Amino acid sequence: MQKELWKGNEAIAEAAIRAGCKYFFGYPITPQTEVPEYLSLRLPEIGGCFLQAESEVAAINMVYGAAGCGVRVMTSSSSPGISLKQEGITYLCGAELPCVIINVMRGGPGLGTIQPAQGDYYQATRGGGNGDYRTPVLAPANVQEAADFVRLAFDIADQYRNPVMVLADGMIGQMMEAVEWGEMEKRNLPAKDWATTGTKCEREHNIINSLYIKPEVCAEHNEHLERKYKALEENEVRYEEVNTDGCEVLFAAYGTTSRICRAAMKMLADEGIKAGLFRPITLWPYPYDALKKCASQDSIKAVVDVEMSLGQMMDDVKIALEGAKPISFIGKAGGIVPTPRDVADAAKKALGR
Amino acid sequence: MTNEIIISGFGGQGVMAIGKTITEAGMKEGMEVSWLPSYGPEMRGGTANCSVVLSDEPIVSPIVLEPTELIAMNLPSLLKFESVVKPGGTIFVNSSVVDQKVQRTDVKAVYVDCIKIADELGNSKVANMVMLGAYIEAMKNLSTDTIKEMLVHMFTGPKAKLVDLNIEALKRGAACVK
Amino acid sequence: MAIVYQKSKGLTDKELHYCPGCTHGIAHKLVAETLEELGVIGTTIGVAPVGCSVFAYDYFACDMHEAAHGRAPAVATGIKRVSPEGTTVFTYQGDGDLAAIGTAEIVHAAMRGEKITTIFINNAIYGMTGGQMAPTTLVGQKATTCPLGRSKEHYGEPIRMCEMLSTINGCVYAERVCVTDMGNLNKAKKAIKKAFELQQQGAGFTFVEILAACPTNWGKSPVKAVEWLKENMIPYFPLGVYKDITAEVK
Repeated sequence: MQKELWKGNEAIAEAAIRAGCKYFFGYPITPQTEVPEYLSLRLPEIGGCFLQAESEVAAINMVYGAAGCGVRVMTSSSSPGISLKQEGITYLCGAELPCVIINVMRGGPGLGTIQPAQGDYYQATRGGGNGDYRTPVLAPANVQEAADFVRLAFDIADQYRNPVMVLADGMIGQMMEAVEWGEMEKRNLPAKDWATTGTKCEREHNIINSLYIKPEVCAEHNEHLERKYKALEENEVRYEEVNTDGCEVLFAAYGTTSRICRAAMKMLADEGIKAGLFRPITLWPYPYDALKKCASQDSIKAVVDVEMSLGQMMDDVKIALEGAKPISFIGKAGGIVPTPRDVADAAKKALGR
Repeated sequence: MTNEIIISGFGGQGVMAIGKTITEAGMKEGMEVSWLPSYGPEMRGGTANCSVVLSDEPIVSPIVLEPTELIAMNLPSLLKFESVVKPGGTIFVNSSVVDQKVQRTDVKAVYVDCIKIADELGNSKVANMVMLGAYIEAMKNLSTDTIKEMLVHMFTGPKAKLVDLNIEALKRGAACVK
Repeated sequence: MAIVYQKSKGLTDKELHYCPGCTHGIAHKLVAETLEELGVIGTTIGVAPVGCSVFAYDYFACDMHEAAHGRAPAVATGIKRVSPEGTTVFTYQGDGDLAAIGTAEIVHAAMRGEKITTIFINNAIYGMTGGQMAPTTLVGQKATTCPLGRSKEHYGEPIRMCEMLSTINGCVYAERVCVTDMGNLNKAKKAIKKAFELQQQGAGFTFVEILAACPTNWGKSPVKAVEWLKENMIPYFPLGVYKDITAEVK
């Protein structure tokens, strides 16, 4: 397979096209703007439609309209823009519409900064919109994964009739790395017989809707959604373990910070300390069981949670470990990437050295 | 073997292009590669930089804190990054605009009069290619043939005449390395 | 026995939930009849709003979307841009939905010349939430959030959407109608039909504003409500064609 050099944002855009997505609605915001820029040129070439909306709010609602018609559709933004899309995301979940949402995270809160951060973890995994809903979240750690996960996200979205988020950060979006466009595993996806494609006066009308005014019916709808989320928890959990066998200290980190941890692990190895990495790939559903099992090894004396945010993923690490191992935290928020030295030192401190 | 390179200069000096060319050439030669730009308002008229990693093993982090090589296309870049270059590393200085010498004695310094040479070639836009030629000659980690192949690919049709100009710029840059 | 009148095929058999004297039922009927007459029920996708007509998705026989409050023009844009050529798309929105929370969406749909039709029900009040002030509530008109009457100093004067949208090039047809009597009802039907026809021709964004009565929240009988509409709303929101590119060509 031939390797090609791709910028993260452009790889995300190209991956969408390769996944059969012909429609994109979005709004420019740094550091993800190469996604809409790329698609504004390419989608018309393949008979699709790119539309720059008047706002992120409008863009996500255009996605709602398009997804309701049964097509593959994507939007992308960065943190403040994703905040604006929250309304649409909860409606998409309520109406069970498949689509892919890209968040190339930057520092917050508010306007924050345009440099890479992971401060939208709560928003992505807990949801910033109203109601009991979930969105699967895939967190790439390099450009190859960004490309692969966009394609995977479309399949998961279609299989479960749910929006799926790919959660990257400014570094993944802006950097260039080699990408191989391999074949993705084919899934058997259900037919979209619910889509509004026009009744042709041959069937009852289809309705795309998240309104269930009778509480009993709305409760039933919630239970239906919950069963779907349970199935996602059972079938779609993804994670990676690096060097965890017999390690003394275990890092828990995702995306860009997992790479910093790997650099720190090399430093620690030079100092005779064996460090391992547990990297959640799906942030929801979170790999609780896998992390617990991994951390339960007797050799592990400490778990260090590493983030470009201030302890948001800590909650999930704590839920997973149930107090079994001491957990410490190192992280920076607001656009600063922690250095491998910082991370290595935090591990040593956690080990009492 | 891992090269960690910071290329830095004013927006418009082609620093991103130098970085991308090194990165792509590395990939074509079978290395693991990454290219990470600085981005944002600082790109507008200010100093821009990118980090490139070439390695024979998987790259853990694309962030370069202690470069093995620094390409400083302007004075602010030299002032900002000189102190973090790894001992034994190499600093490439665009002496057309940087009138200071490298202060450190534990690194190698290469001075390239990029703009003067580019002007002599009749196109100031190839100043960055002059610098690239010096880099490749000094480091010997990439083959000039790979770059030539990329140039042929990049400049086609009416732009094909730029291939020879860029190759000449590479050669003139290489000649600056003693 | 000959059938002289029957419900349009554009409507389902679902019982309407609207109050006595409410204009929504008539407006629904006019839209449904138009879709039927144009033979497009099977190729139409409608978008219902948030407001009193929130259940419109149950009433129209074509495929329907229920949009978030104010976002119907954005949802309709998404539908139109991905649907096969010849698909008819309309939004059906009230004054809070269209002229307050969804102002950006309607203006930009018009700006893009989005090939959709918007039916705008202006009854100068928030109906579903129980009579709060709308952007189209008249100065001096009482509502539960301006119990002493809308104050010009505090809230400014009501927004006129037909006039505003007609200034946008992408909007090719804008007319304000009412359905207070047979004459006006026929005019309204004609306006709606023209709007859908222009959409089918791909001319651009088309807009029909229907002045509507809300006896319940105005605190009036249906008959008195119609009188109030004529006496108070029409002077501020004059009826008529505000934009018609076909007329300009003539």
